[in-house]
Amino acid sequence: MQPLLKVQDLCVKFNARGGSFSAVDGLSYQLAAGETLGIVGESGCGKSISALAVLRLIPDPPGFYDGGAIHFEGVDLLHLSERQMQQIRGKQISMIFQEPMTSLNPVLTVGKQLSETLLLHENATKQEAHERAIEMLKLVQIPEPVQRLEEYPHQLSGGMRQRVMIAMALSCNPKVLLADEPTTALDVTIQAQILDLISTLQAKLGTAVVLITHDMGVIAEKTDRVIVMYAGRKVEEADVRFLFESPQHPYTEGLLASIPRIDTSESVDRSALNEIKGIVPSLADLGLGCAFAPRCRLSNDLCRTTKPPLEEKRPGHWAACWHSNQL
Amino acid sequence: MDRGRRALLEVTNLRKYFPIRRGFFPRKAGHVQAVDDVSFSILPGKTLGLVGESGCGKSTIGRTVLKLMEPTSGRIFLDGRDITDLNRTQMRPIRTEMQLIFQDPFSSLNPRMTAGAIVGEPLSLHNPTSRKQSRERMLEVFDRVGLHTDQAGNFPHQFSGGQRQRIGIARALILNPKLVIGDEPVSALDVSIQAQIINLLMKLQDELGITYLFISHDLAVVKHISHQVAVMYLGRIVEMSEKNTIFKAPQHPYTRALLSAVPNPTPLARAKKRIVLSGDVPSPINPPEGCRFHERCAYVMDQCKTTPPPLLEITSGHWLACHLEN
Repeated sequence: MQPLLKVQDLCVKFNARGGSFSAVDGLSYQLAAGETLGIVGESGCGKSISALAVLRLIPDPPGFYDGGAIHFEGVDLLHLSERQMQQIRGKQISMIFQEPMTSLNPVLTVGKQLSETLLLHENATKQEAHERAIEMLKLVQIPEPVQRLEEYPHQLSGGMRQRVMIAMALSCNPKVLLADEPTTALDVTIQAQILDLISTLQAKLGTAVVLITHDMGVIAEKTDRVIVMYAGRKVEEADVRFLFESPQHPYTEGLLASIPRIDTSESVDRSALNEIKGIVPSLADLGLGCAFAPRCRLSNDLCRTTKPPLEEKRPGHWAACWHSNQL
Repeated sequence: MDRGRRALLEVTNLRKYFPIRRGFFPRKAGHVQAVDDVSFSILPGKTLGLVGESGCGKSTIGRTVLKLMEPTSGRIFLDGRDITDLNRTQMRPIRTEMQLIFQDPFSSLNPRMTAGAIVGEPLSLHNPTSRKQSRERMLEVFDRVGLHTDQAGNFPHQFSGGQRQRIGIARALILNPKLVIGDEPVSALDVSIQAQIINLLMKLQDELGITYLFISHDLAVVKHISHQVAVMYLGRIVEMSEKNTIFKAPQHPYTRALLSAVPNPTPLARAKKRIVLSGDVPSPINPPEGCRFHERCAYVMDQCKTTPPPLLEITSGHWLACHLEN
């Protein structure tokens, strides 16, 4: 089956004082219809930039594409005009952002913002758009949708705003939904509501989802396949079960071991957590070798001088590490 | 709870209401009941984890205990001494015994002071000694929290997030406090750095016998670091016990929902049934009558709508505020 979205060797760079640095370096992935792909990593690893890049939303300058291709249904998005991109954004591929307060327009009512997409993409009349907006708010389980349409974002709670964002993103039945930390700003009980909602809608509408998060728990519960990013590069990709059962990259292994868990036995509590030494490196001064080498327990001279290629370590399980066999 | 020993911090019937003023000539138009009738105590050298969702009043408790805000009513005892009615001057010597660690390591450090000056400042305010002694003490604390002593001359922007949080911890420790209140001290950090700071906080407790009031919304972190856990909902404690009891056999419907909402980092656990609460947390300006959770509770009874359930000790050391149990 042809993948719906195929990102190939994508490189995004940013100009900064004293040269440019790679925020996303050689990222490739494929997404099939109805699938959920998780992208996990820490701040600055390039996970959000990779999503913005798909929609051609990288601010230029200072950012620019330095090669690669993004095929959506066979068309390379990097070669489309801005006008053609507008036909894709919100209609074919849409995005949910982390902070619903800053990504909704504070001076427009919820109804205005919801119907805007519909008027633009679906050639709907005002009346149709209004009705569809009510329908969408019902779909995302907002009580009293008719009143809510007249309200402004500040009158809604955080969970409600995120629901409105989801309603906006899904109002044109997009084929791909890019969700960038959709629940990070929310409380856990609201997070559970929102994640369930995304799954339900995904099953109903057949949307493919790219779920970007730093939370391994969310990854474990909601994704089919996972990409782990570190310092702009994909360091591991696998089926979610394989990834948690037997990580093939020391960074993934360390990440999994360092999270406090709610399901541990009493004996593990208050014992020291497994920490990854050191700090996330600055993208501006990455060396020649593996970016994780300075923090890695397995690193040797080879790691410090030569970047490990992404290799298939087991069927369907890829990792970029010289020492996967020692894990 | 171990009744033989005296609690380091004891809080009884604490209330903190914030007046809401409206109009051109502001008149009181009501109250935000941020904290309502909260009691707890922490034994020396132990950690009480205070969990709850945003707006439940957990940070207000931290600030009121430190007397950064005056409580509306209730009593606060530090090491057996009633500090509730002390004024600013009387509080000054006591401030050395309790310190706060902030959530955001970016906005809580003065960008124009060096790390060394930030860490040393409490010492010069409370306990002026010779320059040489102050500097020695500052470097000692630097070393203890895992910062390089030769970085003392650097400014905050030259440090990473995790290192800045270490500076915040060093500043809290320099006066040898008995009680440290951490207000979401690891929430702003990346996962791999979070583990480093949690380990540091636990190590410091073992070495120095510090008592922690650890405020967080992250249940997994609280489970890892605490001895006792109190769960708050809309200004009240709904359940409190020794940690393992509450995580193994939660009794309050809210605690159960909260625990089941935490995403579990094990793909195999996916099948588990999740209790998804409907709706949002109500406003603390006009909290529901009776039990504040009743509108979202699956087990609501008539009694819950009218009478607030008292916090009662159901088994030794396990406190619960729910009519179901009684």
